[in-house]
Amino acid sequence: MEKKVFERTKGLTEILMRYCPGCGHGVVHRLVGEVMEELGITNRTIGIAPVGCSVFADEYFNCDMIQPAHGRGPAVATGIKRVRPDCIVFSYQGDGDLASIGMAETIHAAARGERITIIFVNNAIYGMTGGQMAPTTLLGMKSTTTPFGRDPRVAGYPIKVCELLATLEAPAYLARVSVHKPANVLKAKKAIKKAFQVQMNDQGFSLVEILSQCPTDWFVTPLQGIDFVEKMMIPFFPLGEYKTIEGKKETVKPEPKKVLETV
Amino acid sequence: MDEKLLMKGNEALAEGAVRAGCRFFSGYPITPQNEVPEYLSWRLPEVGGTFIQAESEVAAINMLYGASACGARVMTSSSGPGISLKQEGISYISGANLPIFYANVMRGGPGLGNIAPSQGDYFQATRGGGHGDYRVIVYAPNSVSEMGNFPKRCYDLAEKYRIATMVLTDGLLGQMMEPIEFDFEPVDPAKLPEKDWALGNAEGRERRVIRSYDLRPGYLEKMTLKLAEKYKEIEEKEVKFEAVQVEDAEILLVAYGTSSRISKSALMLGRKEGIKIGLLRPITLWPFPSKIISDLSERIKKILTVEMSLGQLVEDVKLAVEGKAKVYLHGRPSGGIPTGEEVLEVIKKIMKS
Ligand SMILES: Cc1ncc(C[n+]2csc(CCOP(=O)(O)OP(=O)(O)O)c2C)c(N)n1
Ligand code: SF4
Repeated sequence: MEKKVFERTKGLTEILMRYCPGCGHGVVHRLVGEVMEELGITNRTIGIAPVGCSVFADEYFNCDMIQPAHGRGPAVATGIKRVRPDCIVFSYQGDGDLASIGMAETIHAAARGERITIIFVNNAIYGMTGGQMAPTTLLGMKSTTTPFGRDPRVAGYPIKVCELLATLEAPAYLARVSVHKPANVLKAKKAIKKAFQVQMNDQGFSLVEILSQCPTDWFVTPLQGIDFVEKMMIPFFPLGEYKTIEGKKETVKPEPKKVLETV
Repeated sequence: MDEKLLMKGNEALAEGAVRAGCRFFSGYPITPQNEVPEYLSWRLPEVGGTFIQAESEVAAINMLYGASACGARVMTSSSGPGISLKQEGISYISGANLPIFYANVMRGGPGLGNIAPSQGDYFQATRGGGHGDYRVIVYAPNSVSEMGNFPKRCYDLAEKYRIATMVLTDGLLGQMMEPIEFDFEPVDPAKLPEKDWALGNAEGRERRVIRSYDLRPGYLEKMTLKLAEKYKEIEEKEVKFEAVQVEDAEILLVAYGTSSRISKSALMLGRKEGIKIGLLRPITLWPFPSKIISDLSERIKKILTVEMSLGQLVEDVKLAVEGKAKVYLHGRPSGGIPTGEEVLEVIKKIMKS
């Protein structure tokens, strides 16, 4: 008898992903897909694709999807959740998308305590546009716009998003994980699941930051990419939970019935 | 229906939107439109709707993008500087074929400008305003009554064509008080036809995707040509204008919004003196009433556009006239408001020339 030990999650479509070898995006997609399937929420989830390498996420996630402007995911998610509080809403974003051009939208959605989940893929670089400096590019790290390495006298310092958001009252769950090793992938899945559960339990805003490999624009091999996450990224971006709450947070609370009746 | 109310223009606009079924508003404060969000902040919760004061106009329009994608009747409002920021979202919304309604209560520009009434955002409104090939239906009210009644027209067209619609007005109309009668029954959004494209619960149907991009070679051109078909139909069917005493006119004024009221008083003053003045008021600025202006220019050889801008409306008039008549401009930019007497003086000069 043959036993099936692995199959594609129904949280993802059949379309083949077009990410580079060794890229972290595909792993994160799979985890989000599995979590949606396991929680039985795929049908009532609305996902938001970013502008970045994962712009095609609207083809990959097997739920209703929308593709907005660069960095505006949290604002779009806000509009969606307020109109459809019965749906689960997630915004998938890269570091340029979330922490540079979309920083205002990120902080304010978090500060309002919107009942949404953000999947934040931090690869310390602008992948899609060919490897320019990101707000999370490490000091000394080379990019196509910091060819001699990021110099704080010219380009300032990288931003730690979880730490920054943890200073706010409203967020209910903030965690940083990575997907560079199998053990970390399992932990990442746990965190993503918890983030979605926080939303399902109506506890408030949740965000999971995932340190992710971009071998192509780091100009390294996939194996070296894994090393880079371990040795360079994790020391600067420590893994762990930055905020968890018991119970519910008194923040914006759309009234499901009323709003729905009027849509 | 029948009740006559005394309202400020901005409040009429807000109340008109709610009666037309608006249940979601996000915006950011800016003078001279603040009465709109202030009014909706208490009025929308009354009808089970959502009001959000966004962190910026950029966020506000993107909240609309999400809410509209779920099928709600949505609104935002601002003035020039804020509408500039909203152009990003309006372009995406247009590319994604979503229906929205918004208002620009114009003030003096460019830059921070001033808070005086102005019409300097005509180009921005009628040419799309953001990046890419797209159009927005633009209604230009000239009374508080129209401020209150046009949102309904806008929502109906927005949903019929899945297009962005707007009211282009100015601080004067926004701030002044006039009697208003709503000319439609309040809309219950729950009773509107189901939107077979809206995002939501995918149980029992195919998943839906809303996007404004297509990176495959040739596909985006096809997508935009589809938009063009829609725009063509709108240009054929949805033009609205008001013609005043054009039958015997020897000079035709073309003006919209506040400057159309000023032009009307110039018309009345001039008629008393025996000058045969007519007025053509575009009610929709896009689609523009080109045909009627073209037809009138066969007979009326002097046309004067009156606008509170440097010469924006005049370009559309010239395009319509195609050289068949002489087109003159009286434009007062950045908060300058012409008077009826002033316009009449200009008319007299033209008649002598
Ligand atoms: C307004 C705007 N500015 C710039 C761009 C170009 N752009 C596309 S993706 C991107 C950066 C993406 O980097 P990131 O968010 O880190 O995602 P990654 O590709 O690394 O996954 C930029 C600058 C754009 N599409 N829109
Ligand atoms: S460029 Fe980087 S982030 Fe983009 S697909 Fe390739 S490896 Fe992934």
